[in-house]
Amino acid sequence: MLKKRYFYDRLGSALTLFCASLVIVLTVSIIYFISSKGIATFISDGVSLREFLFSTQWWPDRPRAEGGPQLGALSMIIGSVLVSLFAVGISAPLGIVVAVFLVEIAPGWGQRVLQPAVELLAGIPSVVYGYIGLSLLVPFIRDNIGGGGFSLLAGFLVLSVMILPTIISVSADSIKALHIEWKHASLALGATRWQTIRMVLVPAARSGLITAVVLGLARAFGEALAVQMVIGNTRQIPTSILDPMMTLTSAITMDMGATIAGTPWNNALWSMGLILLLMSLFFIMLIRVVVRRGVAQ
Amino acid sequence: MNNITKDRLATAMFWLGAGLVLLILGTLIAYIFYHGIKSIDWKFITSPPQSIRAGGGIGPQIFNSFYILILTMSISIPIGLLGGIYLAEYAGRSKMAEGIRVAIETLTSLPSIVVGLFGLLVFVNITGWGYSLMSGALALTVFNLPFLVRVSEESINGVSRELAAGSLALGATKWQTIWAVIIPSAFPSLVTGIIITSGRVFGEAAALLYTAGMSSPALDFTNWNIFSPSSPLNPFRPAETLAVHIWKVNSEGIIPDVRRVADGSAAVLVMVVLAFNFCARWLGRLIYRRLTAE
Repeated sequence: MLKKRYFYDRLGSALTLFCASLVIVLTVSIIYFISSKGIATFISDGVSLREFLFSTQWWPDRPRAEGGPQLGALSMIIGSVLVSLFAVGISAPLGIVVAVFLVEIAPGWGQRVLQPAVELLAGIPSVVYGYIGLSLLVPFIRDNIGGGGFSLLAGFLVLSVMILPTIISVSADSIKALHIEWKHASLALGATRWQTIRMVLVPAARSGLITAVVLGLARAFGEALAVQMVIGNTRQIPTSILDPMMTLTSAITMDMGATIAGTPWNNALWSMGLILLLMSLFFIMLIRVVVRRGVAQ
Repeated sequence: MNNITKDRLATAMFWLGAGLVLLILGTLIAYIFYHGIKSIDWKFITSPPQSIRAGGGIGPQIFNSFYILILTMSISIPIGLLGGIYLAEYAGRSKMAEGIRVAIETLTSLPSIVVGLFGLLVFVNITGWGYSLMSGALALTVFNLPFLVRVSEESINGVSRELAAGSLALGATKWQTIWAVIIPSAFPSLVTGIIITSGRVFGEAAALLYTAGMSSPALDFTNWNIFSPSSPLNPFRPAETLAVHIWKVNSEGIIPDVRRVADGSAAVLVMVVLAFNFCARWLGRLIYRRLTAE
């Protein structure tokens, strides 16, 4: 009887370890499989890494005799970078303002009304954001601002709303975690609430706030459908925020089903997937460094 | 400008920011429902879609979304729960625990289109299943697992240590303590967390485009043989979900009533996700009250 109990005890702990290690197995195999497909462009299609990253010449169907295939993904890389940086440019200040509001200005009202609102905003699926962008924002831009509507502007506005909940909730958590004595000391020294927020709370929560912004940036960079629906998908580097453009994610979404596996075009899409994966690993590492620095101070 | 005025202005700015967020949310929800309600009726949510003509519904898509959610959850809940138990109860500060945490962070921030690509490679091509419900459910498991592990770890960590200590002191093994004491006490927050992740799974589209596919075969809802290709229950048939449908009708633009179908689908999708959200809050509170008899 006792033996049986200990047997189950051992078996149980082994089972939990197995399930937890599945997470590691999954991560490693994602990196392995995406990388092994993603490097085909450089190995079997003879495209140099430099051409892929820094050229805008996109002629995946041009035969080898005429100097093809040319797979320069620069316009899409710049597209992804621009749309996510602009989105963060709007969302970071707004998100941090709302986070401070939640914790410092109106904790009671904020908890009851604003907190659930932020959670709902986070719960709305990304296709719905894309669809609202497509049916409300794009016509609005076309009629009132100019251009065709499908544009960088529409893309980063949609993204900025999508990443807002991430920035707000991570920032609010980091402000909540601060020592309350710091605030009290500052107020006791005669500082106003605004001075306390600006000179004590925000600097003290800096590493958490940076983490929030980087997480938002990562989300914006990797978002596919919502962006694809509103940016017009023209393979060019936009010269104004009203120009249509293309991102890495939108190229993958549109062309993956339309190209045949093993062709240069298809291989290039996997390489773009690899770039997305590497960027997301880079963001994770960045956050780890920021958090470690924050702890060290 | 003196400091008091500055402080007042800053306060106004904070209220403005908060108001703006509420305004955005209100506009979004109102827009979705105002346009959606007009196209939703019984016929729309039960009949199959049309490929060229107007007048199609979204019946199979709604069914597929729920079916894929159930498949995903029945794979990912056991693994996620056990993984969370490991992290909360066994891991401590070991190298292994650190590795698992890094892996979870990595998976959490992975773009869902990359998860979809991985699914296409492994669950669609290598397994040879083609676009299928099962491939989609496995891709969604990859997408969902890190969140579930975290949810179950946090729910278990929220249980008071005295309860577990009491059980161990009575001679129960650690495994018995986990199942008879810790999991029941963590149950309310577990349920809440699981329902909230369900909402995320239900609305996901990018990971499904190239795993569950963008088409649905003609389904015969009287056919309960799960091996038949026309049976809705067959897990190895392609299945377009509601979220994917919204994307597809807009990007193809073939049917003449795109606007009506997309409005209705978006409203149904948001309604279900909102229902999950409210349900999570309500159920969590209800179970908590039952368990604590407050």
